[in-house]
Amino acid sequence: MTATYEPISTQTLGTAVETVTFSSIASTYTDLVVIINSFASVASDMSMYFNADTGANYSRTTLWGNGSTAGSLRSSSANFIYITNYGSVRTDQGSSVHVVNIMNYANTTTYKTVLARANASVSGVDLTAGLWRSTSAITSITFDLDSTRTFQTGSTFTLYGIKAE
Amino acid sequence: MPSVIKNLAGGKSIAGLKAPRSRRGDSNQIVDYWFGGIAELGDFESIATTTVGAGGVAEIDFTSIPSTYKHLQVRALVRTNRASTRDSLYIYVNNDRTTTSYTTHNLNGDGASATSAGYGSGSGVGAQSGSLLGNSVASQTFSVFIMDILDYADTNKNTTIRMLGGWDSNGAGDVFLNTNAFLSTAAVDRIGFDPVNGTGLMEYSSFALYGIKG
Repeated sequence: MTATYEPISTQTLGTAVETVTFSSIASTYTDLVVIINSFASVASDMSMYFNADTGANYSRTTLWGNGSTAGSLRSSSANFIYITNYGSVRTDQGSSVHVVNIMNYANTTTYKTVLARANASVSGVDLTAGLWRSTSAITSITFDLDSTRTFQTGSTFTLYGIKAE
Repeated sequence: MPSVIKNLAGGKSIAGLKAPRSRRGDSNQIVDYWFGGIAELGDFESIATTTVGAGGVAEIDFTSIPSTYKHLQVRALVRTNRASTRDSLYIYVNNDRTTTSYTTHNLNGDGASATSAGYGSGSGVGAQSGSLLGNSVASQTFSVFIMDILDYADTNKNTTIRMLGGWDSNGAGDVFLNTNAFLSTAAVDRIGFDPVNGTGLMEYSSFALYGIKG
């Protein structure tokens, strides 16, 4: 048995940016995990899309809790997957962490499903199942904020690969 | 404003960004493991994987699981053959199909509301997953889950399972958090998955079992 949970790449932002992309992702793993510890110029929801596809090929179902109420919502035929609702990216450093599992990302037979946990200590938590209706292998992942809001300097994005034997 | 694109093929440093950790000579970092614990890289190992072939299978069964890890994790793609949108799985520990051996609690979101349910001892022949996909939406669509079996080899306490899972089919979907108890202090050496309503699992369903060292 071999070690199978490996870091692929880490991005620690040296300047504020609107989007962060991991590209040329090798197909040698089974699942991908992205751990994001970020903060923003203005509190914002975070979205993601694959292979630079911004067509209406995404959907999601989200379960949320905001400290007093729990609920659920859905987006269909969207141009990206929103992975936050109350667990949005906050403006204060260290208060919002997001973990995104991208299952069987290199599979060319099935659509791609994402499980994302969003955690914002001042506003709430979310769990999202997201779908990209494509059988293409995922080779790039882009994270984005609403409008022209930016991820701030010092935000970290780490991509891991998990390989099944 | 600029965007940042990290090309993983080139290995070139980008102004303002650190090089990949693997290229900074630190090959044994601590990972903030997603479920809240801490795991040392290299302590997460693949044990076995099953991908369902043409024609499907009735159930998935991991047997003879070694006791050399602290925790287990199963990461799965699931689609049962039930001719309906939704199904779920029974999870059998040590092939125990006694109805009094399991309890389940669940929090589910269906895109409109959040609901919670509990199943006490005696309500099912196995621990139950949350909502997973049957065989009625587009054939390329699969549900997923990540399941942790904590302290599975400990013979001093019952075994707790937790699951994170869901699916979306562009118009419908469920997402869930689950916890299950296996009401036995026996070490876990076998885990099986069987549709609650369907009679089998569809082609391309896949179950990967991992061990996490303590």
